[in-house]
Amino acid sequence: MQVQQVKERSKAFVNLFRQHKGMNMELKTFKGGLHPPDNKRWSEKKAIEVCPVAEGDELVIHLSQHIGAPAEACVQKGDKVLKGQVIGTPKGFVSVPIHASTSGEVIAVEPRLDTAGNKTMAVVIKADGKDEWDPNLSGADPDKLMPQELKDRILAAGIVGMGGATFPTHVKLSPPEGKKIDYLILNGVECEPYLTADDRLMQEKPEEVVEGILILKRILGVEKAVIGIEANKPTAIETMQKACEGKGIEVCPLQLKYPQGAEKQLIYAVTGREVPSGGLPMDCGCVVQNVGTAAAVNAAVRRGIPLIERIATVSGSAVAEPKNLLIKIGQPISKLVEFCGGVKGELGKIIQGGPMMGMAAVSMDVPVTRGTSGILLFSEGEVIRAPEGPCVRCGNCVRACPAFIMPTEIAFQMRRGKVDEAEKLNVMDCIECGSCTYICPAQIPLLQFFRQAKSAIRANIAKRKKV
Amino acid sequence: MIAAVISLGGIGFLAAVILGFAAKKFAVEVDPREAEIAGNLPGANCGACGYAGCGGYAKAVVAGNAPPNLCTPGGAGAVAMIARVMGVEATAAEPTVAVICCQGDNTRAQDKYKYVGVHDCRTAQALAGGPKACPSGCLGLGTCVAACAFGALSISPEGLAVVDREKCVGCKKCTTVCPRNVIKMAPKSATVQVLCNSHDKGAVIKSYCQVGCIGCQICKKTAEDVYAVDNFLASVKNESYDQEKAVAGMLKCPAKCIHDLAAADTPQEEKTEEKAQ
Repeated sequence: MQVQQVKERSKAFVNLFRQHKGMNMELKTFKGGLHPPDNKRWSEKKAIEVCPVAEGDELVIHLSQHIGAPAEACVQKGDKVLKGQVIGTPKGFVSVPIHASTSGEVIAVEPRLDTAGNKTMAVVIKADGKDEWDPNLSGADPDKLMPQELKDRILAAGIVGMGGATFPTHVKLSPPEGKKIDYLILNGVECEPYLTADDRLMQEKPEEVVEGILILKRILGVEKAVIGIEANKPTAIETMQKACEGKGIEVCPLQLKYPQGAEKQLIYAVTGREVPSGGLPMDCGCVVQNVGTAAAVNAAVRRGIPLIERIATVSGSAVAEPKNLLIKIGQPISKLVEFCGGVKGELGKIIQGGPMMGMAAVSMDVPVTRGTSGILLFSEGEVIRAPEGPCVRCGNCVRACPAFIMPTEIAFQMRRGKVDEAEKLNVMDCIECGSCTYICPAQIPLLQFFRQAKSAIRANIAKRKKV
Repeated sequence: MIAAVISLGGIGFLAAVILGFAAKKFAVEVDPREAEIAGNLPGANCGACGYAGCGGYAKAVVAGNAPPNLCTPGGAGAVAMIARVMGVEATAAEPTVAVICCQGDNTRAQDKYKYVGVHDCRTAQALAGGPKACPSGCLGLGTCVAACAFGALSISPEGLAVVDREKCVGCKKCTTVCPRNVIKMAPKSATVQVLCNSHDKGAVIKSYCQVGCIGCQICKKTAEDVYAVDNFLASVKNESYDQEKAVAGMLKCPAKCIHDLAAADTPQEEKTEEKAQ
C-alpha cells in the first residue's frame, strides 16, 4: 500500500518537473539570475500622464547626465531660453549636448545637488509657463538622409541610452571599422521590479518605437532586429507584434527573470551569443538599444525634438497614487511625487531608477535626469537596515550571479583589502545587477565590495598607464 | 652497505665542494653598514621615510641618497645610530604625529542619511559623498584604524577617530587612506591645533555642526604669527609655532574648534600641577 503511494507521488513529481521544464523551454533566457516580486501591478494599467511645468517652476538641468565628458554651459545667468534650445555643448566624442526642457530665464549656472548626492554644474531655468519651442528645430524624412546625417541628428538631439545607463547613443551606433554588426536588439525587457515606463511606451506608442527601430536599422545597416520583452507584459508583446508586422522586426518574449534586461544577458537570451569577458556587445556582432531610445531617435530625426522629456514610473508603497508620467528633465522629484498625490505614511527611502540597480536619493530636491526611469518611494517599514551577518556559505550568490563570478569569495578578499586577488577572481566582469546582494540571507553588502574593488582596480590601471 | 655509504658520502662531498666554490665565486658584496643600519631600524616597514621598507631606506642612506633623519618611528635613537654608523653628525627631525582635524562626532554633527553597508570610509564616501552632512568631517568608519600598523588609532564611542599621541610614530599611512583628508601631520610639540577640516562658510557649517570653524579670523587677529585663515578655515602655522600665542588664540575661539591636544592627553598631570601650584 505504502509502496504504491510513494510510486504515485514520485510520478506526480516527475510530471510536474516535466511541465515546469517544458514551460521554461518555450521562453528564452540566460543562465543564473533570480526572480524578485515584480510589483508592477501598482502602475502597469495607468496610462502615461504629463507632469506639468507651471510658470515660476525651477528646473535644474545638470550638464553631466550621461556617461562621458560633461557638457559645457553655453548660456549665462539672465539669458532667455526657448524649449529645446541647446544650453550645454558637448566636449569630446563621448559626450552629448544638453537642452532646455522648457522656455524661461536662466537664473543660475552653478553646482547643484545631483542624483549621486554630489554637487555638479547645472543650469537652472525659471519657467515662464509658455513652453515655447525653439523655432530653429526642424524634422526631416529619415529615408532621404545618409546614415552619418542621421547620427548627426541623434547627437544634436542629445540622445543617450534611456534604460538608465545613459551611454551616448551616437557612440553606440558608431562601431569601429572591422567590427561587423549583424544584430540590432531592442531592450523592452524592463526586468526591474515596479517600473512600467517601457511597458506603457510600447502599449501606447508602438509606432514611435517601430519607426525608431527602422531608423536604427538603416544607420547600422543590419537585417535582423529583435525586440526582447519579458513575459509579464502580454499586452505590450501583442501590441508590438501587431506594429512590427511586415516591417522585418521580430518580437521575442523572454522568461521572467532578473536581470533579463542587462545587455549581455539579453544578447545571450536572444541570440545565444556570449559577449567575451572585458568586451562589448559589438564584439559579438550586436548592438542593444532600449525601446525608449528608439522612440527618442524617431522624435529627434522626424521632428527634430531633442531629449528633454521622458517617461518615468512613480511608484512604491509610500506614494499615494502610483503613476506613469511624462516628465521634463530637470523637474525636482518632489514635483513628481506631489503630482502623484504626495507621500503616503512615513517615508523611508527614495530611489531613482529601479529597486535593484537604482540609486538612493539623498533628498526630494534633486532633479530628474535623462536616465531616470522611475522614482520609487518606500515606507519606513519596508526598508531593511539590518546589520550584516556572517557568511553561511550557502552559495546562493554564486548561483544567482549572471556573470558567473563568485561574489562570496570576492567579498572575502576585499574584506582583507586584497584588490589583486579580487581582480584574479574576475570582479571586473560584474555587471552590478545586485542579484547576489538581494539573495544573500546574511545581508552582506556584496555589490558595494565589488564597486570598491572595481574602482580600486581602475585606479591601479590608470596608475600603471601613467608610469 | 658500504657501496651506499661511499656513494652518498661522495655525492655529499661533491655538492659541498660545488657550493663552497659558488659561495666564493658568486659572493655578493654587501656594505656592512647597510646590514647594520637595516638591522637596527624598527623593522616595521611602514614606509614613513618614503622608501620601500627599512631595507630600502638603509640602502638609500648608505648610497648617500637619503638623509639620516627620515625614520620617524625610530625617533632620536635611530638617527643617532645611523649617524654613528655613517660617521656623520645629524640631529633628529622633530617628531610628527597625526591630528584628526574634526570634532564632529555623532553628538555634535548631523548626518544627511543613514549609512548601512561596508564598514569602510572610502566606500561610504562613494555614496553621495558620505553620510555626514559635513563634506569634510571624519566619517568614523575606521579605515585609518585598519591602516595603522602601530595601534595608535581608534574610533571613539561617539564615532570619531582618535589618535594616541604616544603610540603614533608619524608614518602618515592614515593620511593616505582617509578619503576626506581629515588627518593632518603636525610636530609633536605644536600641541594647539585647529580641529576642523571644512572650508564651508560659517552659516553653512552651523547648519550641520556645532564645533566647526566658521572662519571668523579672531584667532588670526589675536596671534597673527601662529594662525592663518584660508578660505573660511583657520589653521596653525607649524613652522612659526609659539605655545603662548597659540593658547591665547585658542582661548578666544568662539566656535571652540581650537584645542590643546597635550592637555587632552595628560589630564592627570595637569591636575597634579594645578594642585602643586
